[in-house]
Amino acid sequence: MFGKLTLAAIPFDKPIVISAVGGAVFLALVILGLITYYRKWTYLYHEWLTSLDHKKIGIMYIILALVMLVRGFSDAILMRSQQAVAAGGHLGFLAPDHFNQIFSAHGSIMIIFMAMPFLAGLMNIVVPQQIGARDVAFPFLNSVSLWLTAAGAMLIMVSLGVGEFSQAGWSGYTPLTEKAYSPGVGVDYWIWAFQIAGIGSTLTGINFLVTILKMRAPGMKPMHMPLFVWTAFFTSVLIVWAFPVLTVDLALVTLDRCLGMHFFTNDLGGNMMMYANLFWTWGHPEVYIVILPAFGVFSEVSATFSGKRLFGYRSLVYATAVITILSFSVWVHHFFTMGAGPNVNLFFGIATMLIAIPTGVKIFNWLFTMYRGRIQFTPPMYWTLGFIVTFTIGGAAGVLMAVPPADYVLHNSLFLIAHFHTMLIPGTLFGFLAGYYYWFPKAVGFRLQENWGIRAFWCWIIGFYLAFIPLYVLGFMGMPRRLQHYVNPAWHPYLLVAALGTALIGLGIVFLGVQLVVSIKERRALSDTTGDPWDGRTLEWLTASPPAAYNFPKIPVVEDIDAFMGMKEKDVAYRRPEQYSDIEIPKNVPHGLIIGAFAFLGGFAVIWYIWWLALVSALGILGTVIARSWDDDPHYLIPAAEVQRIEDERHRQLAAVAQRCPADAPASPEPVPGR
Amino acid sequence: MNQAPIDNIGISRGSLKSYLTGFVLALILTAIPFAMVMSRAFSPGVTLIGIFSAGVVQILVHLHYFLHLDTSSAARWNVLAILFTLLIMIIFVGGTLWIMSNLNYRMM
Amino acid sequence: MTPDATAISATYRAEVAHPDTVAMQTFGFWIYLMSDLIIFATLFATFAVFSRSYAGGPAGKELVDLTYLLGETLFLLCSSVTYGLVMLAVHRGKKKWVLLGLVVTFLLGLGFVSMEIHEFYGLVAKGYGPDRSAFLSSFFTLVGTHGTHVTFGLIWMAVMMGQVAVKGLTSPVQSRLMRLSMFWHFLDLIWIGIFSLVYLMGVV
Repeated sequence: MFGKLTLAAIPFDKPIVISAVGGAVFLALVILGLITYYRKWTYLYHEWLTSLDHKKIGIMYIILALVMLVRGFSDAILMRSQQAVAAGGHLGFLAPDHFNQIFSAHGSIMIIFMAMPFLAGLMNIVVPQQIGARDVAFPFLNSVSLWLTAAGAMLIMVSLGVGEFSQAGWSGYTPLTEKAYSPGVGVDYWIWAFQIAGIGSTLTGINFLVTILKMRAPGMKPMHMPLFVWTAFFTSVLIVWAFPVLTVDLALVTLDRCLGMHFFTNDLGGNMMMYANLFWTWGHPEVYIVILPAFGVFSEVSATFSGKRLFGYRSLVYATAVITILSFSVWVHHFFTMGAGPNVNLFFGIATMLIAIPTGVKIFNWLFTMYRGRIQFTPPMYWTLGFIVTFTIGGAAGVLMAVPPADYVLHNSLFLIAHFHTMLIPGTLFGFLAGYYYWFPKAVGFRLQENWGIRAFWCWIIGFYLAFIPLYVLGFMGMPRRLQHYVNPAWHPYLLVAALGTALIGLGIVFLGVQLVVSIKERRALSDTTGDPWDGRTLEWLTASPPAAYNFPKIPVVEDIDAFMGMKEKDVAYRRPEQYSDIEIPKNVPHGLIIGAFAFLGGFAVIWYIWWLALVSALGILGTVIARSWDDDPHYLIPAAEVQRIEDERHRQLAAVAQRCPADAPASPEPVPGR
Repeated sequence: MNQAPIDNIGISRGSLKSYLTGFVLALILTAIPFAMVMSRAFSPGVTLIGIFSAGVVQILVHLHYFLHLDTSSAARWNVLAILFTLLIMIIFVGGTLWIMSNLNYRMM
Repeated sequence: MTPDATAISATYRAEVAHPDTVAMQTFGFWIYLMSDLIIFATLFATFAVFSRSYAGGPAGKELVDLTYLLGETLFLLCSSVTYGLVMLAVHRGKKKWVLLGLVVTFLLGLGFVSMEIHEFYGLVAKGYGPDRSAFLSSFFTLVGTHGTHVTFGLIWMAVMMGQVAVKGLTSPVQSRLMRLSMFWHFLDLIWIGIFSLVYLMGVV
């Protein structure tokens, strides 16, 4: 009936795990209780869970990403404190099998369940508005993507308390992940969490590719698109053409494990390196999937807060295109040491170094955008500057590692860990946090409190250097990654510093939480009544904050890049049309949520060999899709009178702001503190 | 509800003639490699080249007559997408074969 | 959404499938097919890598019955053409011919899938299952993935028969038939790769 699942799967004998599970369950119960107490279930269901509105889906993605950021960071704290104490004969407080699960979960969560939802969230909120559209191309598919991602995240969370997680690292190399060496359910949790979320991501990629190609406002030529749209486009290209390889690779491991096939086994003709080859064929593009949107954010932020048009817009677009193509052809640098010949390693080494060129172009673009600009030191600007400096260091380390002989020395050492964290934390997370602050008022209607944002930044950046510079040194000293304990006493001081840095980053995360709470409390003082709090340049600032369901009452016509700035200069930005017409937008439907729920159940069933439940879930998904396909009228109509009413209200607000401070209207009605 | 045929969908519709032409060509292009293999009339090298070329031509025939891919502006993005896919496939498949054969050569 | 908005949408029924909505769906589906093409490319690459990894098991030569293969191929090729005729009937608005064509295509597709299942069953019964060697694993996975796609195409086709019968040839139904046609022809395209590279080249 329940396959391999018994009560013994719950780790009552491990106090650390069970207290973490207890805490998580308690927190979940409190949240569910509060929702029930305030009778918010209907609201939540009708306005959020079943919503097809790209802005709400975006917000839900970002909530998921922030929750998973905290979860992934807790893993980081555990690893750093374990290594800070497990020196010279001490074994620390984490058993080896638990430590292995923690580093595997940390990587998996941060890439697939923090970075991916975060970028999907930002793209959802921003891209349709920046191209002057009312929604994405396929709103229903968008909801399916969200709930598939959430289903994958739920699987990882459940693995904490029911059974175990993979001990084979986030990249899950074979033959360690084969049945012979990992007979437990941990690897299956890892496989299905990745597989389900990966399919969701592929659908997101298709959706945004079509949205950007087919739904731009009239007059918006490709070379008029904001840079964030360009990076979202190239990220979608990478997703659509790279994620299927991951799907296949994971499916082959599944077949090895479930049906006894021999793709990556040691015997009967299998080849374990084929797994690594396919994994990184996806894995390297994946790095750029998560970095490119952050590049887009930095471009928007540096132009807006320098009060200048982006320097070298075209070169930035071309550099992004070159990075996209090159990133498909460098994957061997993840496994130079596997034993391929010098020709192979040389080819991929040189291709890797080439990527530094377009990336360098971008760095100069951002610097020259700031050059002689009137820079406003807002938190997004801090994140941007922190990124530029740190990312350059990490990039230099990367070019070093692209030299195969050097890689033979550094492979699998903490130098590598330091390198890719120096790429991904500034290159992805700083960018997303900048975007989070920058577009927060657009999404919810009030700005985030500035001072706590700046405090969080300083904690992050100082903590980052303290946590990762010692790792470069340790790499040179020969310390491998993923050590549960070690005997070399010379490493210990560096690991203590790294632990201190991690604590400081933790403080940065706490400050981000404080910032959110303080901002919600002071939301009246921080409210954005104009929809344009930063004197923005691109079309998303034309809409109200938060935007009406239809975003634009009339689709704007675009003539140049920085379309909204152009409108403001010609004083036509807030001109009202003579009359409004009916607007059609997608109806809310529960099918996406149901598909996600079945995907979660199905994943869980396959992990535990509960075959009847797996079959029920598969049929459930199929039936839901068919039921949805039967609905030919997936829209509802907002009548012109309703549009008129909403827009009247908005223009009343705009007029009130213009009266209060006529010189500066409508941008920045309240003085921004701390400037 | 609108019952009129949908149009302007990015892909042209084809006609009876185009489907039948495609069918006949596909039949011929299927028959050639099968005949080459079954008759054993050619050396393995020639047969391999024959199978490969017939396959490629047949794929083009299907793309043109069944999937109606052409150079019209409506299908431009579709053509670009499949050309890009072709490029990525060459990189992925070619790269994989090169890497793995090189590894086998050196490690086995 | 407000309750009166729902009421309005019931009375004021808007034209749903605009031409550009359909164009967007068609294009989006094409992009999906491209990602599916990458799936098959990866499986082909895997097959090529393991094409000599027999591990003492059978080689390609010992698995293939060329006449049988020709039968499978003809089933799929004919179904591609009958689906083309379905699309012609759709454009002329002939519902009965559409249904008839779909039934014929479905049966041809079913013939293909049944032949493939029979072939797999025979191989497994002989002890040449996918767990015998890496070569057989990659063979079964590549061919089986194509077969699974065809099976899903059949399910989709059954649903479309229902929609044509119940709803008639409305714009959304036409749009779905169009996308199914792309899917179906695409699978035929993949099959050309499979019978050429996997079967015929394996025999040579």
